[in-house]
Amino acid sequence: MDPILNIKNLSKSYGQLEILQEINVAIDRGDFLVLVGPSGCGKSTLLNCIAGLEPISAGSISIDGRDMTHVSPKDRDIAMVFQSYALYPTMTVAKNITFGMKVRGVDTATQARKLDEVARQLQIEPLLNRRPGQLSGGQRQRVAMGRALVRDPKLFLFDEPLSNLDAKLRVSMRSEIKKLHQSLGATMVYVTHDQIEAMTLATKIVVMKGGIVQQIGTPAEIYNHPANLFVADFMGSPAMNLIPARTRRKGQETLIEIARAEGDPMLLAGPDGSDLPQDIILGLRPEDIAEAGFRSGDRVQAAQCRIDLVEPAGADTYVVSQLGGRQVTARLHAETKAQPGAMLELAFDLAKVSYFAPDTGERLN
Amino acid sequence: MTAWLERQIPKMVLAPSFVAVLIFVYGFIGWTAWVSLTRSRLLPKYDLHGFIQYKRLLASPRWDTAMDNLFVFGALFIGISMLLGLLLAILLDQKIRVEGVLRTIYLYPMALSMIVTGTAWKWIMNPGLGLEAMVRSWGFESFSFAWVIDPKMAIYAVVIAGVWQASGFVMALFLAGLRSVDGEIIKAAQVDGIPGWRIYSAIILPSMAPIFLSAFIVLAHLAIKSFDLVIALTGGGPGYATDLPATYMYAMAFSRGDIGQAASSAMVMMAVVFAIVVPYLYSELRAKHD
Amino acid sequence: MTDFISSTGLPAASRAPSRPAQIALRWLLFTLLGVFALFYLMPLFVMVTTSLKSLEEIRTGSLVAFPREITFEAWRTAWSGACTGIQCEGLRPYFWNSVILAVPAVLISTFLGAANGYVIAQWNFRGANLIFSAMLFGCFIPFQVVLLPMARMLGLMGIAGTIPGLMFAHVIYGIGFTTLFFRNFYVTVPGDLVKAAKVDGAGFFRIFWSIFLPLSLPIFVVTVIWQFTQIWNDFLFGVSFSQAGTQPVTVALNNIVNSTTGVKEYNVDMAAAIIAALPTLLVYVVAGKYFIRGLTAGSVKG
Repeated sequence: MDPILNIKNLSKSYGQLEILQEINVAIDRGDFLVLVGPSGCGKSTLLNCIAGLEPISAGSISIDGRDMTHVSPKDRDIAMVFQSYALYPTMTVAKNITFGMKVRGVDTATQARKLDEVARQLQIEPLLNRRPGQLSGGQRQRVAMGRALVRDPKLFLFDEPLSNLDAKLRVSMRSEIKKLHQSLGATMVYVTHDQIEAMTLATKIVVMKGGIVQQIGTPAEIYNHPANLFVADFMGSPAMNLIPARTRRKGQETLIEIARAEGDPMLLAGPDGSDLPQDIILGLRPEDIAEAGFRSGDRVQAAQCRIDLVEPAGADTYVVSQLGGRQVTARLHAETKAQPGAMLELAFDLAKVSYFAPDTGERLN
Repeated sequence: MTAWLERQIPKMVLAPSFVAVLIFVYGFIGWTAWVSLTRSRLLPKYDLHGFIQYKRLLASPRWDTAMDNLFVFGALFIGISMLLGLLLAILLDQKIRVEGVLRTIYLYPMALSMIVTGTAWKWIMNPGLGLEAMVRSWGFESFSFAWVIDPKMAIYAVVIAGVWQASGFVMALFLAGLRSVDGEIIKAAQVDGIPGWRIYSAIILPSMAPIFLSAFIVLAHLAIKSFDLVIALTGGGPGYATDLPATYMYAMAFSRGDIGQAASSAMVMMAVVFAIVVPYLYSELRAKHD
Repeated sequence: MTDFISSTGLPAASRAPSRPAQIALRWLLFTLLGVFALFYLMPLFVMVTTSLKSLEEIRTGSLVAFPREITFEAWRTAWSGACTGIQCEGLRPYFWNSVILAVPAVLISTFLGAANGYVIAQWNFRGANLIFSAMLFGCFIPFQVVLLPMARMLGLMGIAGTIPGLMFAHVIYGIGFTTLFFRNFYVTVPGDLVKAAKVDGAGFFRIFWSIFLPLSLPIFVVTVIWQFTQIWNDFLFGVSFSQAGTQPVTVALNNIVNSTTGVKEYNVDMAAAIIAALPTLLVYVVAGKYFIRGLTAGSVKG
């Protein structure tokens, strides 16, 4: 089967300024693609290019096998939800939702039926005769979704749709979007700067920075095998610990040496027979550093560390220690006896470790 | 092809206005500039003769009067309107219950045509039957108020009418400015125990600098273009004692049949306007881009 | 007209140190405000009372006295009998000239401004800002600089001295301001609206008609009032581009006041001035809020 959305070698520039460089992404029907990255990374521009709202400088975009590179937005069979919702302020909710069908000349009976369906689905029936100005943020969000749903398009595009909602509403809308995706089986492309949104919603994530794709993969791939330091640091909260270290060879074995604030450097067993360079950066997520005795596995290794800071967070307690000149965070169970200033034996799960080259930032293992 | 056509629609909508502005503003300025460099009299001639018209302008005592009047009128009109407008704005900013009514009263002259204003003040300042006669009838027999017919004073009569018309507008600008000052700053100053007049002089007025500038620009612009007011109030007289560049230009263009003089005086007017407006516009447009 | 500015005046406590001083200051304040109100109202009062007096009473009475005997004779003369030169038909034909001139000129320039503002604010293309700056610049030129070529151009177009010719001049030189008004209004509309409508399948005109026009009512009112005031009160174009019979009311008023034939009828002059001022005054009283918004938008931003 053809990919439903296929972006090939897409580039976009304003004069000298390159906004997007050589983007290649393809997704299948039913995928939930999330474009994630810090602000200014080009993710929204890419979405606008997919929608046809902005012209591209090179490359091609095809939707469901049809080349759409130079097709105007209205003929791309897409629907879009905007960050500002972009509801038509002088139209009622019902008119907002049916405007697209009206423009396309859909007969009024069909319009009414579809409006009814969508209103029921999103539970906005009581709002149909109101104007956007009379709605709360969450209600506007629903109407914006309704306007997209009613079109039944090949592709749904979402441009940071939740960023204007308060934290609680954002979480509940997030799961609603996920449910919607599952029940409709629709294909969605979703832009966000929030890595948690990306992780929870996506079937496929594209991490971007400076107009360049950093990594494409499933949430698990991105999380567990970040392709470079940027992805490692950007995805996950608290962020992955990135600890400067040196490798040392001892016969067949490779040892990883990490400076501690006091006493001898810490030595960890490196991967067998690998050819790591001398200077590396070792990446380990906070949950892969546990209190000794609470983590088992054949590559778990314990070491004494001085605890600088203890931050209880309810379900977990985070402790911070100084390793390799960095603040390293470990995620311990809530009942830990860790005390600031005291020593604690921490267990490092080396099966989960990532190695990066300090100069290029690329992943080494 | 249709997609291309669709993308051109915005340009096609803007095009007629743009072409019109190009011809009727820039083209016409060019025409006037060109003609101001020729020997045109009753009919335009198009062979250039350098700055002959500007030399004639400088040699003309009437033009001299017009420029002098412009500076006297401009300075007084702008100065008094600003002061009066600011005073009214501050007075109105003291939580007055009838503020809405007063504001309406202070501002209504701005809705009138300058011809109406001139007609009204011409009657009020009429020496035989107006203010002068009124004050004399109160027993001040020696009272004299004949500015409109006194060549030395007539320009001040124009100032009075001009201030009457425009000061309310300055008041509205300043009042809006006073009200847009961040309330928290004022509260902070009050908490610090700073007296009310100091809050005005040290905090509110300095923060209104852009509004002073806008008011100045608008008034200067009005002063340079004012034509109707002089025509209605004094007709440029007595003699040509109240001529302004605008009335000079009109007289040359339409009654004296001296197109060269009309064009060169218009160019000087434009130069004066642009000397004031261009720096302002430039800073405004730049500020918007930042 | 009451609340175009919300009040954030200083509380009384911080203004005056003690009670008697406070009361004295308050009185001073009201006295000053009252005196200024009289200053602004006086000319209107004089105009109205003079217009209701007979010539005899004007000669003998005081400028600010109420009329002893109210007569509408001067109004009748001003409307339909006063001489504007050779003709003595009063202001009436010229008043209607102004109406016939202003209504289409206002509507055309407003619609052009709306379309231009819509393009510049929402369909920005390369060079659009340059075009906007060029138009803005046109708002500031002293019209004297285009008077001569415009007079010739109207002649070439065969509409010199006609109402359509005058209308044309007003439309051309009004576009700058109307475009500015609409552009400044439409830039505050989020650009996502156009994007959403494009995705919904609407084109340039559909978006303008269905989405932007319905939200533009306030700015339409502001612009219409601004243009109407400008065009109705204009004298320079009127006196330059019209001829006997096609003159607007301001020119006719000036002619009545300055006509040298016969006795000077001050009451007729005043009645004529009020008639000429009435439409814009009426607009001001009815829609002052929008009038002020136009004034401040036209000056502060422009």
